[in-house]
Amino acid sequence: MSEALRLTGLSKSFPVGKRLFGPPRAMVHAVHPLDLDVRTGETLGIVGESGCGKSTLAKMLVGLLPPSTGQIEIEGETLDNADPAIFGKRIQYVFQDPNSSLNPRKTIRQIMEVPLRKLHGLDRAARAARIQEIFAAVNLREEFLDRYPHEFSGGQAQRIGIARALAAQARILILDEPVSALDVSVQAQVLNLLADLKTEFGLTYLFISHDLAVVEAVSDRIAVLYFGSIVEVGSAREIFANPRHPYTALLAQSAPEVGRPIAAPENAETELPDPLSPPVGCAFHERCAFATDRCRAEKPVLTADGADRALACFNPLPGPVSR
Amino acid sequence: MMAFFRLLARNRLALAGLVVIGIVVVLALITPLLPLADPDVTDTPNRFQPMFSAGALLGTDHLGRDLLSRLMWGTRLSLAMGFAAAVIAAVLGSAIGIIAGFYGGRTDNVIMRGVDMLMAFPYILLALAIVAALGPGLMNALIAVAAVNVPFFARNIRGITVGIAHKEFVDAARLAGMRNREIILAEVLPNVLPVIVIAMSTTVGWMILETAGLSFLGLGSQPPQADLGSMLGEARSALITNPHTSIVPGAMILVIVMGINLLGDGVRDALDPRLKSGALSRPMPATTVDRDGPAPAARTDSLLDIADLRTEFRVRNRVYKAVGGVDLHVEKGECLGIIGESGSGKSVTALSVMGLVASPPGVITGGAVHFDGQDLVGARYEVLRSLRGRRVAYIFQDPQATLHPLYKAGDQLIEAIRTHEDVSREAAHRRAISLLKSVRIPNAESRMESYPYEMSGGMRQRVGIAMALANDPDVIIADEPTTALDVTVQAQILSVLSDLRRERGLAIIFITHDFGVVGQLCDRVAVMYAGRIVEEGPTAAVLRSPQHPYTSRLIDCVPTLGGGQRRLAAIPGLPPVVDRLPHGCAFADRCDKAQAECRAGSIALAPTEPARKVRCLFPEVAKERSA
Repeated sequence: MSEALRLTGLSKSFPVGKRLFGPPRAMVHAVHPLDLDVRTGETLGIVGESGCGKSTLAKMLVGLLPPSTGQIEIEGETLDNADPAIFGKRIQYVFQDPNSSLNPRKTIRQIMEVPLRKLHGLDRAARAARIQEIFAAVNLREEFLDRYPHEFSGGQAQRIGIARALAAQARILILDEPVSALDVSVQAQVLNLLADLKTEFGLTYLFISHDLAVVEAVSDRIAVLYFGSIVEVGSAREIFANPRHPYTALLAQSAPEVGRPIAAPENAETELPDPLSPPVGCAFHERCAFATDRCRAEKPVLTADGADRALACFNPLPGPVSR
Repeated sequence: MMAFFRLLARNRLALAGLVVIGIVVVLALITPLLPLADPDVTDTPNRFQPMFSAGALLGTDHLGRDLLSRLMWGTRLSLAMGFAAAVIAAVLGSAIGIIAGFYGGRTDNVIMRGVDMLMAFPYILLALAIVAALGPGLMNALIAVAAVNVPFFARNIRGITVGIAHKEFVDAARLAGMRNREIILAEVLPNVLPVIVIAMSTTVGWMILETAGLSFLGLGSQPPQADLGSMLGEARSALITNPHTSIVPGAMILVIVMGINLLGDGVRDALDPRLKSGALSRPMPATTVDRDGPAPAARTDSLLDIADLRTEFRVRNRVYKAVGGVDLHVEKGECLGIIGESGSGKSVTALSVMGLVASPPGVITGGAVHFDGQDLVGARYEVLRSLRGRRVAYIFQDPQATLHPLYKAGDQLIEAIRTHEDVSREAAHRRAISLLKSVRIPNAESRMESYPYEMSGGMRQRVGIAMALANDPDVIIADEPTTALDVTVQAQILSVLSDLRRERGLAIIFITHDFGVVGQLCDRVAVMYAGRIVEEGPTAAVLRSPQHPYTSRLIDCVPTLGGGQRRLAAIPGLPPVVDRLPHGCAFADRCDKAQAECRAGSIALAPTEPARKVRCLFPEVAKERSA
């Protein structure tokens, strides 16, 4: 299987406490150097809590943020200058909040035409034909084209956002929490539409979410992000059923589930570490029941564990009996 | 555009301003066509003619020139100068503001510090300096007034642009291949334009005054050309002997500036979206009650009994029936879940209990809320106030919005305690620390001194819960308290709530859209759809064998962990809008079992099994669900 996306040593740090001259007071590492492959035609889920760097990662992948180190290879080609206009033809982005991602003062037609005109230089007739095609694919009526974004419900606006991403004819879509602003009954409509579009256009998805159940339902593989690093990657079927990294296990236990009694699944006082004074060693050791002295001193790296699993932990939970 | 004029016309003063300015502008425009004397011809023998003298309606000035003619030509010039200065200042200032705000960083810093330096000078001094450098004259006065007002626009527009430049649609435009220049013109500018117009409408009057001021000092229009300022300046020496020569231009300046300012205020009110949505109308301390019938009696003798509660929002000529007849009760120590999608009326129900729905536009139009036997709907404000927080407390979704950002967490807790109880500050302080400990905040003593922004979302929500517990309430109404939190933090908060309830015998009404949370925390659950309860019963039974098709299909929509990759069941269509509710069952349009009877008339919430009720003519047959 070929790789749609290959990230090598990609990282991003932000300066804090900027001074007029001289270096900033400190650097916050939003994304630690990470390697990740996304295979053509798959849906890779990325889960993590707020502040784990998943949005920063997504913004780097489409060129909205220049990476601090590392490189991004899209469909075999390295793109190292952060220019969304060049990225845009290959990789597109669907935003979390459909209402703030559509300019309130433009009609849907004006919004839809921009990628067709700027990225593909289509003439008026070709643009109209293409918009018609895309709108049919996302089940939107063409009469919507001359309306303004505020006239649409969240679900419809999100379809418009997806339609715009499709208009660029990119084969990879970054879906950044595409359904978390929607009601559950509408959420399923949009998720199913995304699944249909993937088959119809042969797309590759990077699906970012904090909702484990949603990610599990749509993904082939899932990467768990904690404090800017990938702590575990595995198949969607396996990773929450048999978590190996203690953090993945914590996530899986925390997801509210009917019938399971409430119990604080960890020492209730701990939360994410402070990014300004990151812990030495494994970022999770303060919350981990299995932490040893090694975890407090040395940072574990992501290593393959079997064919379809990789994790960054010195004391992983016992997996299923290996075959 | 018509809507804009209607909004403007609602403001009587603005309308008056518009009329006055309209007349002045029309007169100024047609001045060259009017049969007026030449404004610049001197006629010294006839100097200082009084008003209403033959041939000179408003009299003549110190050189015998016709004052009416000079006034008309002067007004024409002053208006043109004012508008021109406003346009120049708006264009330059907005361009600077947009560039600074859009590019940010160092560009922003350099530009805005330059603007700050301009603002550091008193404006008249700066204008004088510019005229002094360029020499007196109309054009130079215009340049000076425009330059003095550039910083005002630059600062205003920069602030707005910063907000817009970080919106997602700007990122989306970048990804669609637009360059910065195109984004500024096509994406940012249309969103900033209303603000520019507002800023202009409120400053034009000011700029007319400033140009008149410069002319008054002899730095603007040069003799014999008349503008309002120079007319005043020339009349100054005859102020006592012939006051009419000063009064005529002075009155005109007054009329113009008053008119423009009234109109400007009206334009701002009509264009500013925050004012349009009613941000200026201060909500009353308790929701207005306008019951159309007698208060229904309590149906149960529970701690809190809501009977046939109806709450609507009256916005102009529309009525949104947010809550359309809700019956609920909660016992001591019980946890009742209310589940529903956005717009289902679950939050409005909760807020109506203590009269916390913002009025206007909210109105409670019917029903009763009996707490401990007393009806709270229509109770006096003092009664509600003494119960709020003391017996019935709320926890809201966003603790960042409910905690005051400028006070320490500890002080806010102490205030909450001392509002209802006459205890010393020290005693309240000790109690606050024990409250923080009870919600498991580490280092409670030092956290008392923290400001809300220094805490994480989970910690803030704990403080929110501690505050709700401050006066040992009987009922806590929690409105989506964990929705904004991460799953691991959510699990912690839920466990805190669950323990507190057991330890203190609290009754909790827990509002959420998450079946998993309800399933873990609540004893009973009520499902709301379009302002009504469609199903109610013990949580386990409802989740295992839902009887209303909506409940059943909603549960199917929600993925649960452990199901693997799969296609989800979706409910087609959208929930109805509550100002146009369909006749009969509100879910009928989305329901695959709907019959003609479903749309015929309202359907009662009927008991099916012990402790279970459903509002459906064709309830789901009790099938055991696998999940």
